[in-house]
Amino acid sequence: MSDKLKISNQEFSTRLLIGTGKYACDELIPDILASSGAEIITVALRRVDFEATVDNVMYHIPEGIQLLPNTSGARNAQEAVRIARLARAMGCGNWIKIEVISDNKYLLPDGYETIKATETLAGEGFVVLPYISPDLMVARKLVEAGAAAVMPLGAPIGSNRGLKTRELLKIIIEEIPLPVIVDAGLGRPSHACEAMELGASACLVNTGIASAAHPVNMARAFAQAVAAGRQAFLAGPGASQGTARASSPLTGFLYEENAN
Amino acid sequence: MSFYDLYCRYRDFDFDHYFSTVDHYQVERILQQDQVRPLDFLALLSPLAGEHLEGMAQKAHQVTLRNFGRTIVLYTPLYLSNYCNNQCLYCGFSVRNHFVRKQLTIGEVEQEARLIAASGLKHILILTGGARKIATLEYVEKCVRAIRPYFTSIGIEIYALNAQEYARLVEAGVDSLTIYQETYNPTLYAELHPSGPKRDYRFRLDAPEAGCQAGMRAVNVGALLGLDKWRQEAFFTGLHANYLQNRYPEVEVAISMPRMRPHLGDGYQPAYPVDDRDMVQFMTAFRLFMPRAGLTMSTRESAPFRDHIIRLGVTRMSAGSNTAVGGRTLQEKSPQFEISDQRNVTEMVQSIRELGYQPVFKDWHPL
Repeated sequence: MSDKLKISNQEFSTRLLIGTGKYACDELIPDILASSGAEIITVALRRVDFEATVDNVMYHIPEGIQLLPNTSGARNAQEAVRIARLARAMGCGNWIKIEVISDNKYLLPDGYETIKATETLAGEGFVVLPYISPDLMVARKLVEAGAAAVMPLGAPIGSNRGLKTRELLKIIIEEIPLPVIVDAGLGRPSHACEAMELGASACLVNTGIASAAHPVNMARAFAQAVAAGRQAFLAGPGASQGTARASSPLTGFLYEENAN
Repeated sequence: MSFYDLYCRYRDFDFDHYFSTVDHYQVERILQQDQVRPLDFLALLSPLAGEHLEGMAQKAHQVTLRNFGRTIVLYTPLYLSNYCNNQCLYCGFSVRNHFVRKQLTIGEVEQEARLIAASGLKHILILTGGARKIATLEYVEKCVRAIRPYFTSIGIEIYALNAQEYARLVEAGVDSLTIYQETYNPTLYAELHPSGPKRDYRFRLDAPEAGCQAGMRAVNVGALLGLDKWRQEAFFTGLHANYLQNRYPEVEVAISMPRMRPHLGDGYQPAYPVDDRDMVQFMTAFRLFMPRAGLTMSTRESAPFRDHIIRLGVTRMSAGSNTAVGGRTLQEKSPQFEISDQRNVTEMVQSIRELGYQPVFKDWHPL
């Protein structure tokens, strides 16, 4: 059975997206792409030096990989829009991951500004993937604004803490008719697997891979976890229960011989 | 509300008494906490916490790795002018020191910029002395506009300004501000700055906040280590950075830890020398206090020391530095202070790579 990830009018065979930040060297990126099987990679425009003849992160991203430039550093909608337009003008394509962060302490996204930026950029023909806190109302407005997917966080960026927002993610996954890509906070493959079991469409992992002692191996482990989680979701796990079955059921009297 | 009000709360704090109450259990507990509060930070700066340096370093390393990855952003200073009307007793550019003063013409600034840009650097920090009647705001603006085509991030380290004046420089293309309080101790500050506009402690103390209000993207504060007891200066530096981060969450706040170096003039000696262990304690305690804040380490420090501390929380380093006005293109030889790490950009890049880190040349794109 074909189980493709569809975003906008594109299809992908794998459901792990990766980043380009925090690695010891950009030369690792092709190996990370290979071991993770990722087909989508996000890159911060603030880090791309279009004039550099060497040390340009773009040189390490092979053909055929979907580039997802992000607006890291944008503090409001206006800056995010400018970064997106710059990225497109520089030849990075029309996909954009919106990150509007006006809080450098926790790096939590600004929902209101994200909605504004999404509306503008979707109107300009961008394929917009906004990074958000798992807030159902924000996600609904992003659907109306023309987002191609939503990217709620599992925990704050760089925290490696896992699905701390689990209950809210479940609601977003249930209610939002767009691909839901869990982004940020997934520090271990088991976290990514859990997100996929919940029904997420995909996961984006950067710090969890880049901060590992062996990033290439960890990328492979994440890919396997994402695939396993997806399989489990599709297979429909059996119901679990937290207690044993009572030996003296409360409704047993209904079935006794002398019951009326 | 200004940082001064917060400073006043701790002005008469009995640091020695507090340090005497810190015990090993407290330090170990703090090392297990997710959030380090101001008095926890102070406990990590205590003499007793100095016995936990390895534990602090391990945690600081992990926290930095998660937040910044294995990356070091590189920048270099460009000195525009060394005219000064201040009399800072510890500084080579002091008005009392007699040497041939120099201010680069706009053409010379551009020449230096071109040479620096050829090394691949994209982040520049421009500096002047304190003589704002010579190195005027208009002059700095012109310099910024002249070097804009060569760099993606332009920082300033010049005399203190008010918010309107900083806003003019932001408009010209400056995106980050570095300004050191030198010492947070107002009495000592008055002694060390006997004359000149820099004598105004409050104006300087409020300058980083004025920069935040003016729309600077990044603001870097610090104290000149060696002037007063370092544990107190470190505490107030962290407190200042934390105040700015809480009040201006959109600003990327960073600190520097400049340690006094030999300089031009009559040999002011640091009253409270700071050794390498102290530096590491300050750096790691700060990282645990402010996990997301930048930490800048300049070429004041030696190459081996900089190599060692790369894993302890540093996020930004200078490279290929020259502290003389026209030091690169005009062979000028009157540096503000002697740099220690003499490596050029290529050598710095190689060393960072050998340590398993990525040198980052560009970390901002002007909008």
